[in-house]
Amino acid sequence: MRSLKDVAVGSTVTVAKLHGEGALRRHLMDLGLIKGTQVTVVKVAPLGDPVELTVRGYELSIRKEEAANVEVQ
Amino acid sequence: MAQDIHVALAGNPNCGKTTLFNRITGQNGYVGNWPGVTVEKKEARLSSDKSVVVTDLPGIYSLSPYSPEERVSRDYLMGGEPDVVVNVVDATNLERNLYLTLQVVETGLPVVVALNMADLVEKSGDKIDADKLSRRLGVPVVAISALKGSGVDELISLARREAAKKAEVPAHRFDSAIEDVLDKIEQLVPATVPTSKRRYWAVKLFERDASACESLGLSDAAAAKVEALVAACEKDCDDDAESIITGERYALIAHMMDECVKRAPQRMSTSEKIDRVVTNRILGLPIFFAVMFAVYYLAISTFGTAATDWVNDNLFGEGFELFGTAMPSVPDVVTSWLEAVGASAMVTSLVVDGVVAGVGAVLGFIPQMVVLFVLLSFLEDCGYMARVAFVMDRVFRRFGLSGKSFIPMLVSTGCGVPGVLATKTIENEKDRRMTVMTTTFIPCGAKLPIIALLMGALVGTSDATWIAPLFYFLGVVAVIVSGIMLKKTKLFAGRPTPFVMELPSYHFPSIRSWALHVWERVSAYIKKAFTIIFASTVVVWFLSNFGTATWAGGTGAFGFLPAMEGVPEEFTDYSVLAMLGGAVAWIFAPLGFDSWQATAMSVTGLVAKENVVATAAQLLHLADATEADPSLWTAFAGMFATTGGIMAFGAFNLLCAPCFAAMGTIRVQMNSAKWTAVALGYECGFAWVVGLMINQFYLAATGVFSVWTVVAVAFAALIVFQLVRPMPKGAWEDAPAVAAPAA
Repeated sequence: MRSLKDVAVGSTVTVAKLHGEGALRRHLMDLGLIKGTQVTVVKVAPLGDPVELTVRGYELSIRKEEAANVEVQ
Repeated sequence: MAQDIHVALAGNPNCGKTTLFNRITGQNGYVGNWPGVTVEKKEARLSSDKSVVVTDLPGIYSLSPYSPEERVSRDYLMGGEPDVVVNVVDATNLERNLYLTLQVVETGLPVVVALNMADLVEKSGDKIDADKLSRRLGVPVVAISALKGSGVDELISLARREAAKKAEVPAHRFDSAIEDVLDKIEQLVPATVPTSKRRYWAVKLFERDASACESLGLSDAAAAKVEALVAACEKDCDDDAESIITGERYALIAHMMDECVKRAPQRMSTSEKIDRVVTNRILGLPIFFAVMFAVYYLAISTFGTAATDWVNDNLFGEGFELFGTAMPSVPDVVTSWLEAVGASAMVTSLVVDGVVAGVGAVLGFIPQMVVLFVLLSFLEDCGYMARVAFVMDRVFRRFGLSGKSFIPMLVSTGCGVPGVLATKTIENEKDRRMTVMTTTFIPCGAKLPIIALLMGALVGTSDATWIAPLFYFLGVVAVIVSGIMLKKTKLFAGRPTPFVMELPSYHFPSIRSWALHVWERVSAYIKKAFTIIFASTVVVWFLSNFGTATWAGGTGAFGFLPAMEGVPEEFTDYSVLAMLGGAVAWIFAPLGFDSWQATAMSVTGLVAKENVVATAAQLLHLADATEADPSLWTAFAGMFATTGGIMAFGAFNLLCAPCFAAMGTIRVQMNSAKWTAVALGYECGFAWVVGLMINQFYLAATGVFSVWTVVAVAFAALIVFQLVRPMPKGAWEDAPAVAAPAA
């Protein structure tokens, strides 16, 4: 499985599946990270974590730990 | 008044809801908390029509059952109080904002959608067809700018019109396969639920929302039927129910976006350009440090302190010159006025030495506080603080906090009261509690005079610039050590909380909301000056001026000491404060400060840190001496047997529970007596242990050992053990507790 955590900065991918459970998973879905969504990894924070994404036209920041739950194509 | 119209404002965080609220209500809102959770609600009447009550709901992304904000919002919406919901939508971020809109429309309440920041959309060249969007959503849509005020009147009249209407069944429909299942579930919803609300509950049941099942009072048989329907649908779609609904909503929104929005060719926005530099991998940290340095240089080193010194030295000191005319200082004016009306010595003493001196000491900090909060609030409102959280998260996560804890800590360097209040932006309850508990370790403005006094006593000059940072360092270390230790206790055990945060576009805050933000914080501080500190100075004045005449030749009577016959100049030694201080001095004996004066200083410090230096001056009979006065340094140092005692005194007073006002704020923010006790108990206990270790290790280094040396070593070992031991087993397996309702 390739997750959002492994996506190189600057590239755009499509979400295949959201793993995990409960509040975090629902929160990510509510923010628009669902199957078929295009996500661009914009940058990594100066200390290597978290990452900044562009999703549905806005900027979202999540930790790599959370990004590991997002399976991408 | 039964005719009141209730308007609820709902929307995503950062969509301009509060700006709109302030504009239409004239910001005289009542701020309260929802019972049981630390979620703030604001309520106020429309300034143009007092029969309209506006409630500002917390900023939310969804009406899911997970966060307290979301639960509170949906309970409020479904509870039957609002007549109409105004859904504020950030038009520059339409797609994600419409996700909440769909859910708000599903509640069956009359809804008006306010397309906020419509002017910015126009500027970017995009075009949103509000009429078409309105037809698709089945509710009125109006373009507004909450900042500039355009469209707001129309919004209000639309809201009034809609409020008079009856609730309607929401118009939007999902994919027909899903609709079939939802229809079947809707038939299982109890007949008591009105038509307009049936769809909302059907969707909630489909999502397997546990609280929906409960509040509907669904029979077991019906619940089983719902479950069968949902399970079958999940199998057909090869996805879970929550994902299906979320997917349907976003698919619907994608259609609406295609139909109603014409996008201009993509350009790089100013916000993106700024972010390229500000959160740059290499430049990010240096820029952050430069910004922080600039803030403190302006607020603490130059501007703010200059203003504060002016107030302290002139307004409350020796008077000043205004346009060439000599103006008397406040205490002088008050004294001469009291003399003129023939007040007794006791009343004059109470008013001038007690109230004016005490409250004045606090008010002197206001200029500094204003400068600091003007700068910090700007950084927050323009969007930079979210980037700070982004840049610093990695550091804070190491000791169990998140990047969002950084803002409260910065604010706490000014005053702990707004600092603790600033924790409300931290969604996660554990993180928020932990931040509340540790944020006041950071030296606040009121602790700076204590630091100056300690500097003077330790090295004989208040210009030793290397000592002040040492105390900030002590504060930061206390936060880090506490974070790591507490994270491994039962209280805070659990998975590290996720960090998911929107990075809002940069924008220049409206002067109005910026000013309001500053005022909110400064007023919290001023309120403290006139309530807690006012009361406490009166009490301290009473305690230090009243006592029994037990000196040689004294009458042994109780009364106002300075007015007694044959009273020695050092009358405070016979005061009630001396007795009380003496009675609890044993607590601090192992820390190296067992004199009643040092104890009394610490106790008045618990009331307000501003009191510590003033109390020292009073008790050491050096009235009017300030922290910059060498005679006070010598007298102060004379109270301690060793340098270790002075350092322990400093550490205890800087780390122990903050002033009464901050304690009160902690109580409000924790919303729980138990957690307040835990926080204050931990702070005082930790401060005592640190003081003990400092003093005992200092003594040990000079060759003095006692049973307390052993105790100090034991505490040190315990702290080191707690710091280095791995996360206790089982601490990660409490995931369900995260979703449990707030206590």
